[in-house]
Amino acid sequence: MDLMEKNLELVEIQKLEGHTDRVWSVAWNPVSSHADGVSPILASCSGDNTVRIWEQSSLSRSWTCKTVLEETHTRTVRSCAWSPSGELLATASFDGTTGIWKNYGSEFECVATLEGHENEVKSVSWNASGSYLATCSRDKSVWIWEGLEGNEYDCAAVLSEHTQDVKMVQWHPTMDVLFSCSYDDTIKVWWSQGDDGEFECVQTLGESNNGHSSTVWAISFNAAGDKMVTCSDDRTLKIWGTDIARMQSGEEYVPWTHLCTLSGYHDRTIYSAHWSRDDIIASGAGDDAIRLFVDSKDDSVDGPSYNLLLKKNKAHDNDVNCVQWSRSEGDQLLASASDDGMVKIWQVATKP
Amino acid sequence: MVSGLINENPIIYPKKERRLRTDSSNTDEFTPEPIDQLEIFDHIRDIKDPEHPNTLEDLRVVTEDSVELDDDNSYVRVTFTPTVEHCSMATIIGLCVRVKLLRSLPARYKIDIRVAPGTHATEDAVNKQLNDKERVAAALENPNLVEMVDECLLPSDE
Repeated sequence: MDLMEKNLELVEIQKLEGHTDRVWSVAWNPVSSHADGVSPILASCSGDNTVRIWEQSSLSRSWTCKTVLEETHTRTVRSCAWSPSGELLATASFDGTTGIWKNYGSEFECVATLEGHENEVKSVSWNASGSYLATCSRDKSVWIWEGLEGNEYDCAAVLSEHTQDVKMVQWHPTMDVLFSCSYDDTIKVWWSQGDDGEFECVQTLGESNNGHSSTVWAISFNAAGDKMVTCSDDRTLKIWGTDIARMQSGEEYVPWTHLCTLSGYHDRTIYSAHWSRDDIIASGAGDDAIRLFVDSKDDSVDGPSYNLLLKKNKAHDNDVNCVQWSRSEGDQLLASASDDGMVKIWQVATKP
Repeated sequence: MVSGLINENPIIYPKKERRLRTDSSNTDEFTPEPIDQLEIFDHIRDIKDPEHPNTLEDLRVVTEDSVELDDDNSYVRVTFTPTVEHCSMATIIGLCVRVKLLRSLPARYKIDIRVAPGTHATEDAVNKQLNDKERVAAALENPNLVEMVDECLLPSDE
């Protein structure tokens, strides 16, 4: 299926209202989708200090707010992430704490609060097995937490090599390698040797590696884990790659290299980028638009190149802060969060 | 008395006469009024300097020409000139301008704030902070900072 040949559009399925301030992030529950026989669930977090859980009814197909997680965080909730099992939701807040919430069916309860960062926590990410949690903060550090019995979490590492505010952390989809991106314009890779090794910074992707020239806001991996996309205040998307087979088989770290830069497509800061399971990269930017990119499959010697598949102008009435593809195959649902206080659900469809 | 001000003796410029706004010829109540440079300047000219009992206009920190505007594309950029090169109040001033415009302009507006090139020792660092909306949002959740900004934004009794 060559996407570029089809005439595609991004159709707004529903607008989810409820938050009373800007919405910073959305996260799809990984285990729920119609295919599983379970209703898809989406979490959104906001400047109104709350997290909202949205569910799609299998009968009416419309989305409603199932519950509001409130009265815990005392400041903006900046990002949220579901554990791989879908049972836990971690929430990162400007109040300096990270909340761990357990899903008890119709209710959520905050079962743990991780403290330690000196100021605003910006992002939280679970590794593939759910055994590790990573958080990052304006205090320039990245923390790795280990889950223990009985809702206890131990701090396994405090990594302090960024020189500025760390905007996002993201675990590799298949390996326990952690990536972070920052206001210091770099992306750092954290790796631990063997089972008992300490995590340390094994690579920094900065301007000298064809890296970004301003704040890097987000990182997203493709399903195979051999490529990643990063987005920045420098208004470009960058694609990076590694030899994943070599990395997975051997004991040593295999560096990431720059493959391609997508510039000239965005007029304002790009806040979010997400790589779908079927290889479409979505971006959300400060110009209120959502853009979709695909590999041009040109097989040039210089490496891969990407084409703009479509641009959705005025996707929201204000900056798009987050775009996230749902995990379910074939659905091609995209959720977006904006400064306009809305969450929107979109579907990629062929134009009539 | 040691006042410890960054700039003990700022230059205070003679006040420019305020031009009367002519009556708009637009009588259609449904068409939004185009916003012009003077209107944006009107929003920021009376912001008080954090250290002195003078406005940003008095100290020529902002002028009408420091406002670059593209109303059709809902874009504005304000370039301000701190009174001294090492002014640590530069970020506060920039934040005040941003907050005033956020409160005064329609939500569709994209606002960029910057220090006039060559007028500040750490202009890149200041500009980066002022234009990082996550940093601005977090700063505005700090009650002490909000109090300071609100003080500067209070209309003075003239």
